[in-house]
Amino acid sequence: QQPAQFTSPETPGYVGFANLPNQVHRKSVKKGFEFTLMVVGESGLGKSTLINSLFLTDLYPERIIPGAAEKIERTVQIEASTVEIEERGVKLRLTVVDTPGYGDAINCLDCFKTIISYIDEQFERYLHDESGLNRRHIIDNRVHCCFYFISPFGHGLKPLDVEFMKAIHNKVNIVPVIAKADTLSLKERERLKKRILDEIEEHGIKIYHLPDAESDEDEDFKEQTRLLKASIPFCVVGSNQLIEAKGKKVRGRLYPWGVVEVENPEHNDFLKLRTMLITHMQDLQEVTQDLHYENFRSERLKRGGR
Amino acid sequence: PHAGPVEGKNEAAMSELVPEPRQKPAVPMKPMGINTNLLGYIGIDTIIEQMRKKTMKTGFDFNIMVVGQSGLGKSTLVNTLFKSQVSRKSSGWNREEKIPKTVEIKAIGHVIEEGGVKMKLTVIDTPGFGDQINNENCWEPIEKYINEQYEKFLKEEVNIARKKRIPDTRVHCCLYFISPTGHSLRPLDLEFMKHLSKVVNIIPVIAKADTMTLEEKIEFKQRVRKELEVNGIEFYPQKEFDEDLEDKTENDKIRQESMPFAVVGSDKEYQVNGKRVLGRKTPWGIIEVENLTHCEFALLRDFVIRTHLQDLKEVTHNIHYETYRAKRLNDNGGLPPMTVETEENHESNL
Repeated sequence: QQPAQFTSPETPGYVGFANLPNQVHRKSVKKGFEFTLMVVGESGLGKSTLINSLFLTDLYPERIIPGAAEKIERTVQIEASTVEIEERGVKLRLTVVDTPGYGDAINCLDCFKTIISYIDEQFERYLHDESGLNRRHIIDNRVHCCFYFISPFGHGLKPLDVEFMKAIHNKVNIVPVIAKADTLSLKERERLKKRILDEIEEHGIKIYHLPDAESDEDEDFKEQTRLLKASIPFCVVGSNQLIEAKGKKVRGRLYPWGVVEVENPEHNDFLKLRTMLITHMQDLQEVTQDLHYENFRSERLKRGGR
Repeated sequence: PHAGPVEGKNEAAMSELVPEPRQKPAVPMKPMGINTNLLGYIGIDTIIEQMRKKTMKTGFDFNIMVVGQSGLGKSTLVNTLFKSQVSRKSSGWNREEKIPKTVEIKAIGHVIEEGGVKMKLTVIDTPGFGDQINNENCWEPIEKYINEQYEKFLKEEVNIARKKRIPDTRVHCCLYFISPTGHSLRPLDLEFMKHLSKVVNIIPVIAKADTMTLEEKIEFKQRVRKELEVNGIEFYPQKEFDEDLEDKTENDKIRQESMPFAVVGSDKEYQVNGKRVLGRKTPWGIIEVENLTHCEFALLRDFVIRTHLQDLKEVTHNIHYETYRAKRLNDNGGLPPMTVETEENHESNL
């Protein structure tokens, strides 16, 4: 049977279920969103600053940076901070999972065990809740995305980078980020990006792939998606300080030789990273649910027991 | 250590590269462009737009059941609701179509599209309900069918390798047709709604409302509401599931004034005041189905389709289905065995 076609309220045959997306919209706005972002990288790569810049917030108000001697004793910690951000009535409950201590030890062999356990624990808890009796208020603490910070000072990926990413690429969406991009010239950046992409492929590391724009999207969106895909890994600079430049207040870093502007696409990929995260937030959640979590779940159930 | 914010002009060369700041869009219809320079706007609200796009693309299922004695206009009403022949009318009792001896469950699926949104609509008819001489327990096949759909969903959900989008055949809405006697509910009506309101969203409607005058209608509705309340029957929208004050206010009005909707259905068009309208022609006038002064069809349609469609599905999934699941978990000491089912050996659907 031919699908019946009705177009608008004025059309005599209008039923009204085209209003369903609005109903879903209304419920989503009421419910709000949850998103968990993990940041991994050596100390001093600008992770905290970047997160604060991305969400225009201060997740680490009373931060004390430990000295080297203290760091020797530390093992990798997991620190989760949750913040509620509201914009135009839409609420986002963002949890940032920080991993201080990663890469700090002299011997980093055990570095990622803690992190992998954390990711698995969230899956385990979700599986448990999902199989339970009362499922009305399940909280989703699963890690939807992991920003992995690569140092701009090296010549590409370090062995630790490779091993870590390989250990988690089947558990979480990895978005590689080149930190402190203001230490590199544009040419150096391009070289480094290419090098890193080659190494990722060489080692069979699965990073998060942006889905292609659908054929019915408008040209702007398609172009934007193309640009985003071409810029990975993103080279970013973070800052929460406002600098006045040419009569305008910009977020940036002031050097004797000039101002690096965080939100200037000619200076770094910060805006691209933020756009990517926001426009793909839902997809990141879906891939986590449909791929990483389902993998975990089927492995777990096959191993036996609920 | 970085230098602090600088007051006054900064002659830095790099600031020449700052692009023109774009106007902040009033309502972002698509994700903001990469080159937007906006201090203080993240773009979280664009997530909603993404979800809306997704809903439109994936389309959705909606399963509506109609229950009531033959001849109350169930099929006509469903056809009118969805403005298409989604329910096959039984054109009276001819030789081939006898009254079924037991209640039958007939599910017919259709795909309809509107404004870019695709809906897979399934209408579940229940011929034979209330038509026998002895109608004892005639709701049982219906309750069984509803539970079977919950069971199907549950089985898929606990599978080790489960489908990404579990096909949803659960009944989201059950329209119960009350005969317009003008007196009160019949015992069968009470029994049915008592049993079924615990497992499915029931929306009672007064059928063939063109047999009542305005005063008779108001009185009958009041009486029916009272009877439902006295008998503890919670029809949709159930009071206990109002999510917030906004919902409660809106739903209170519907529960206490509008419901049960007194409806008239028709798939015939007539010319009234230069417009073509759906209606019933009688010697004393034309009853316009979508005219709110004639009957409450438009209210029912707006309620079920335009405002509460998503909520009907959510209450089915979050409340009724969960209740069923919890019971299954407690009985028999557990859920059905989790078999590793591949696409090939998956059981065929009904």
